[in-house]
Amino acid sequence: MTMTALTGTRLRDRRMALGLRQADLAGRAGISASYLNLIEHNRRRIAPDLLARLAGVLGVPVASLEEGAGAAIVEDLRAAAADFAGQGAEMDRVDDFAARFPGWAGLLGALHQRGHSLSRAVEALNDRLSHDPHLSAALHDMLSVVSSVRSTAAILAETPDIEPDWRDRFLRNLNADTERLAQSAGGLVAFLDGSDTKDASAVVSPQEEVEAWMAARGWVLDALETPQGRDEVGAEIDGLSSPSAREMAMGFVARAAADAALMPQAELVAAVTALGPDPAQLARRFGCGVMAVFRRLAFLPGADIGLVLCDASGTITLQKPMQGFALPRYGAACPLWPLFSALSRPMTPVEAHVEAVGNRRLRVLAYGEVHYPLGFSGPELREAAMLILPPLPQTPAMPPPVKVGPTCRICPRAGCPARREPSILSVEA
Amino acid sequence: MNRRVLLIEDEPGIAEAIRFLLTRDGCEVVVFASGTGAVEKLAAVQPDLVILDVMLPGRSGLDILADLRADPATAALPVIMLTAKGQGADRAAAERAGVSVFMTKPFANADIRAAVRDLLAG
Repeated sequence: MTMTALTGTRLRDRRMALGLRQADLAGRAGISASYLNLIEHNRRRIAPDLLARLAGVLGVPVASLEEGAGAAIVEDLRAAAADFAGQGAEMDRVDDFAARFPGWAGLLGALHQRGHSLSRAVEALNDRLSHDPHLSAALHDMLSVVSSVRSTAAILAETPDIEPDWRDRFLRNLNADTERLAQSAGGLVAFLDGSDTKDASAVVSPQEEVEAWMAARGWVLDALETPQGRDEVGAEIDGLSSPSAREMAMGFVARAAADAALMPQAELVAAVTALGPDPAQLARRFGCGVMAVFRRLAFLPGADIGLVLCDASGTITLQKPMQGFALPRYGAACPLWPLFSALSRPMTPVEAHVEAVGNRRLRVLAYGEVHYPLGFSGPELREAAMLILPPLPQTPAMPPPVKVGPTCRICPRAGCPARREPSILSVEA
Repeated sequence: MNRRVLLIEDEPGIAEAIRFLLTRDGCEVVVFASGTGAVEKLAAVQPDLVILDVMLPGRSGLDILADLRADPATAALPVIMLTAKGQGADRAAAERAGVSVFMTKPFANADIRAAVRDLLAG
């Protein structure tokens, strides 16, 4: 079973809708009926040129037979099965299930995502309650004041012969303490109200919150090029729910603004037209770093470009999705991503053609940089970036693509030399 | 002769209440509101017992306790620790450092008076 199985089912559905016999379609596409039968029953991979011929005979665009949204559903189903490996989900029939019952499959995938989202919300809330310094300080303050009130009130109640001076002093203390207690309680309620999001699924990691905000903006920050736009972006950041997300977003925007100042949009577009989209050429033209060009290209309006950033530990610090290139929601990414080659070889351009899970071919550019923000005596900071671009037209001279996945746990590739842990999905033949 | 108690507590209401209670019980109570320089001042006060808050401005009560236990002159000095957190980690750290009695806020007046009385009698 391959990730192209949905294509076979779609082919069959389209053929039957047209009232064509297998032999008719096979003959017009130049293959045998038995071979078409295998394809339609998801037992053979379909070469791109054959798919184009079949689509031509059926009178549909190739894209309508490819995976599209269906692949995303299958990915969600695979991830759901991975999380509940003991349930014995029939992984060899996952494509069939998604194709035959797309509504139920979509529902199952959505429920799985919802479950993950809620788990993350619980983790985030737990972290917040356990480690939030504001909450800890507020509770400590309240307990201290309560302790003072309790001791003072008990003295007043249990000491009938208390001297007037002491009594007056304790009454003043009680007054001051109860006023402080009211303020502390009000602050605490305001804090808890602030964390009371209407949709628990919105409680995610700060990075996810920043990425969701950028996704809602279409991954475009062209507003930064005007003072009014900068104010608007600032107001949006103020609306993010967690302080950490706001801080991360401000850092992200500050860097985007610096990139925009180096490469104003109109000049960048003109330079791309004149020089082509080569990041190294553009970096030379604007006198800036290659990674800055990566970021500018990925965040141009309408850019069909994915971007992944990582730090020296390999931790993904930002990911702008690209259709057909699965990104991990959790855990470490595929070690075969060219991103990590660039991380280990900074200042060296890395270009690769990759084949993502689902057979989507893409062009990838990666580049790593080293910074010394505290000077010679400070630490070395490495960072790498990977642009995910539409594929170049295939030529005979093009080397075979690097087969990559999202993350080992849900990657179906068999015999991968870089595998860290077994996949709990059924692997490709 | 009155027994002398050094109270290191930054919460004025608590310090005032403890001072009142222990003074009525016949103790002389000296109050510091900060952990800074507490060990040095303690040498001048020469207390018979110390009551220490854990979270203090300047220096933590746990650090002060460690210093007291490291100095032969104060290694056996009775120390009551107070904390508003009352968490297991604080209690375990205080016990490792050699606290005599550990009490969590809010405490009952009778409990702290009894603890002081027992430690001074011992």
